[in-house]
Amino acid sequence: MAEQQRVSIPGTTLFDDIQAQKGYALNKMCFSFNDKANRDAFKADEAAYCARFGLNPAQLAAVQSRNVLQLIAAGGNVYYLAKFAGIFGLDVQDIGAQQTGMSKDEFKQKLLNAGQ
Amino acid sequence: MAKIVGSIVTSHVPAIGRAIAGNLQNEPYWKPFFDAFPPIHRWLDEVKPDVAVVVYNDHGLNFFLDKMPTFSVGAAPQYHNADEGWGIPTLPPFTGETELSWHLINQLVNKEFDLTSCQEMLVDHAFTLPLKLLWPQEGACPIKVVPVCINTVQFPIPSASRCYKLGEAIGEAISAWDSDARVVVIGTGGLSHQLDGERAGFINKPFDLQFMQSLVDNPKWATQYTVEQLVEHTGSQGIELLMWLAARATIKGEVRALQNTYHLPISNTAAGVMLLEPLA
Repeated sequence: MAEQQRVSIPGTTLFDDIQAQKGYALNKMCFSFNDKANRDAFKADEAAYCARFGLNPAQLAAVQSRNVLQLIAAGGNVYYLAKFAGIFGLDVQDIGAQQTGMSKDEFKQKLLNAGQ
Repeated sequence: MAKIVGSIVTSHVPAIGRAIAGNLQNEPYWKPFFDAFPPIHRWLDEVKPDVAVVVYNDHGLNFFLDKMPTFSVGAAPQYHNADEGWGIPTLPPFTGETELSWHLINQLVNKEFDLTSCQEMLVDHAFTLPLKLLWPQEGACPIKVVPVCINTVQFPIPSASRCYKLGEAIGEAISAWDSDARVVVIGTGGLSHQLDGERAGFINKPFDLQFMQSLVDNPKWATQYTVEQLVEHTGSQGIELLMWLAARATIKGEVRALQNTYHLPISNTAAGVMLLEPLA
């Protein structure tokens, strides 16, 4: 079978079959955060909660670091990761600022500039 | 037979829910967006739709990666929402129009759209916020609903051309529904934005404006692009324009835009709102 052609867009990870398989455990844990009881369980004992989902070492390290680019590299999908970020009260602009290495104000200004 | 009275397409950014909950509609940041809606409310008062078919994308509330349908149609008597992990305010449940749900499911599968039927389905902000924007009154949404969900979480994501054809098939199915119901088709999402990666914050105003214009002048314009090209032009989440495309395609023939608003940013997103009415 012909190799599927992979598209490369700078600064962008398409959530494809490779990512979906790699990130399954991490995303499954983040999906569980739809329920408040699970968010509370994570906050109460993070290590035990992660262990229940069988995260691999890269995923564990990424969760511990709260670093979104690292979480994506470990297979995380942004829609599920958003639920993880929600535990810490981070919104999409906090996440955007973190990933682009800007302050939140700088990131907001970048968005405003896009309207000019 | 049932009649499509029009199509409304709008962004569904979660922050809109917080703005509604906090009564921020008249703040300078929000006003240009919320100002799009009073004329649409007057139109809804006039045309009085009975049912809303809502084409949206789930963001990991109802569907997980264990089972990821490309197209799914809700067939539940009632649809609940949830706080989605962020503690966002929830809304009263929505009442399903199951007769139309099953009619759509039967007709669409018959037309080779092998979709998934869902007799239980949680609906997320992409479904609830547009309905709240259109029917802002207290209490439950006053019209019945049919959710149609398109996968934009995991590749492969259906092409723009396929989503357009889905919309055409939904339009034909509604028009063949033995009912005197008046149906409004809502498409939610977009426009350009990207939440993830070093490219987060990407917005493409010229492309968005061209896309909005195309829905009136040349509705198949966006079908020339692959999904990957759409990511390139509109950001990873900008591909939610697929929902707009499907909603537009439910109307056969020409439309006029009774409302056309573009405003950015809302949170990380370029927000758009259009009300399209069939000319014929």
